[in-house]
Amino acid sequence: MCLSIPARIEKINGETAVCSVGKSTYEASLQMLEIEEVKVGDYVLIHTGFAIQKLDTEEAEASLKTFEEFKKMNDDLDLEEEQEGSRIV
Amino acid sequence: MVLNFKAMKYIDEYRNKDIVVGIAEEIKKISTKKVKIMEVCGGHTMSIQKFGIPYLLPDTVELISGPGCPVCVTSRGFIDKAIAYARMDDVIITTYGDLIRVPGSHSTLDKEKAKGADVRIVYSILDALMVAKKNRRKKVVFLGIGFETTAPASAAGIIKAQMAGLRNFFLFSAHKVMPPAMETLIDEGVEIDGYIGPGHVSTITGEGIYADIPKIFGLGVVISGFEPVDLMQSVLMLVKQIENNDPKVEIQYKRVVKPEGNIKAQQMLDEVFEPGDDWWRGLGVLKNSGLKVKKAYAMHDAEVQIPVEVAPPIEPKGCICGEILKGLKKPKDCKLFAKVCTPSDPVGACMVSSEGSCAAYYLYNR
Ligand code: SF4
Repeated sequence: MCLSIPARIEKINGETAVCSVGKSTYEASLQMLEIEEVKVGDYVLIHTGFAIQKLDTEEAEASLKTFEEFKKMNDDLDLEEEQEGSRIV
Repeated sequence: MVLNFKAMKYIDEYRNKDIVVGIAEEIKKISTKKVKIMEVCGGHTMSIQKFGIPYLLPDTVELISGPGCPVCVTSRGFIDKAIAYARMDDVIITTYGDLIRVPGSHSTLDKEKAKGADVRIVYSILDALMVAKKNRRKKVVFLGIGFETTAPASAAGIIKAQMAGLRNFFLFSAHKVMPPAMETLIDEGVEIDGYIGPGHVSTITGEGIYADIPKIFGLGVVISGFEPVDLMQSVLMLVKQIENNDPKVEIQYKRVVKPEGNIKAQQMLDEVFEPGDDWWRGLGVLKNSGLKVKKAYAMHDAEVQIPVEVAPPIEPKGCICGEILKGLKKPKDCKLFAKVCTPSDPVGACMVSSEGSCAAYYLYNR
């Protein structure tokens, strides 16, 4: 029941948006969002035919940056382990 | 479905293996206490099994599933009543596909359809409204199941029906709200050390509805997204809270969940529904856990306009779905699992819905 893939708004006709997920397109009602706040190119989360939230791309990028740090930390650990020839954790 | 790369933005990044492994290392490093973390969203149950999250976690961290699958917690009585409606000559049933194969006491909507009942699967309540528009002489009943994520759509549907004068459109509501179930589990003494909060419920409600869980019950809630990186990070945040003895409500899924939620959707819910007691599989009747249609919209309330009597429901023998929904047992503890009960021939609701624990284990972790 929960379609949780972020879909991209391709076209807005009044209260309805045509959104794409890959090559598939969906019509979604914009009734639950402030229509003035969405535009073509935004990502929205669609649930049972309604866009229920706009994806905050700034937050998405910010989280990804934090994740990069985990990756880096892990790489550093690996390197250290290799150099010292022992398992650290 | 073929997905092209560009449109997978904000999905691929959250499936990055190196990042997942990095977070797993971090969890291993800080985790000293044995903890049980419960997810209460069917979408999470699926992702956790699909991506094999439990195998990435240290022995100290155990994940258990709770009552987060809307189809699974819905009563057999509801299905029995829906079937009684389907058997009426002047009724068309419209429903999300998830419900159609759920066993009632004696039949399923699917079987009734094969016998000639007019049962139609819709993707959205908006499609059900179209059915009502085209079939003015029939009563069109929409089966409303789901939590705070799905209920606003039903509210929007009823408001639309009222405005368009679709007097032949009726909602049969089994909509429920999540917090009473989460609090009841702790109250009943189910051992949990923290909750992975439902991402899409929270998209609508915001974080405020969980405030009592740390305050009164002393457990943390981290509202999580659905990709492996999201789930791993949420577990890390919870483990940190537990190790530091600092339970609170946090949002991991910030790209979608705002602290205040979706106010417009909340207003629609308030307009159409009021809280009422409701029955949950495994938990029984919980106070104010259901969403009942308000008097002002009674003309679109199936229960008011099309009364039916059904016999008390009969639960299937041997099915331990209720205990699984409480996190007390796992699907593999059920004697019928994967032998008598399979997705193509399900005994209980937990095997029918793709969000059910039994179905998720059957698919990914048999
Ligand atoms: S495997 Fe089937 S019978 Fe067993 S608990 Fe799950 S749904 Fe019920």
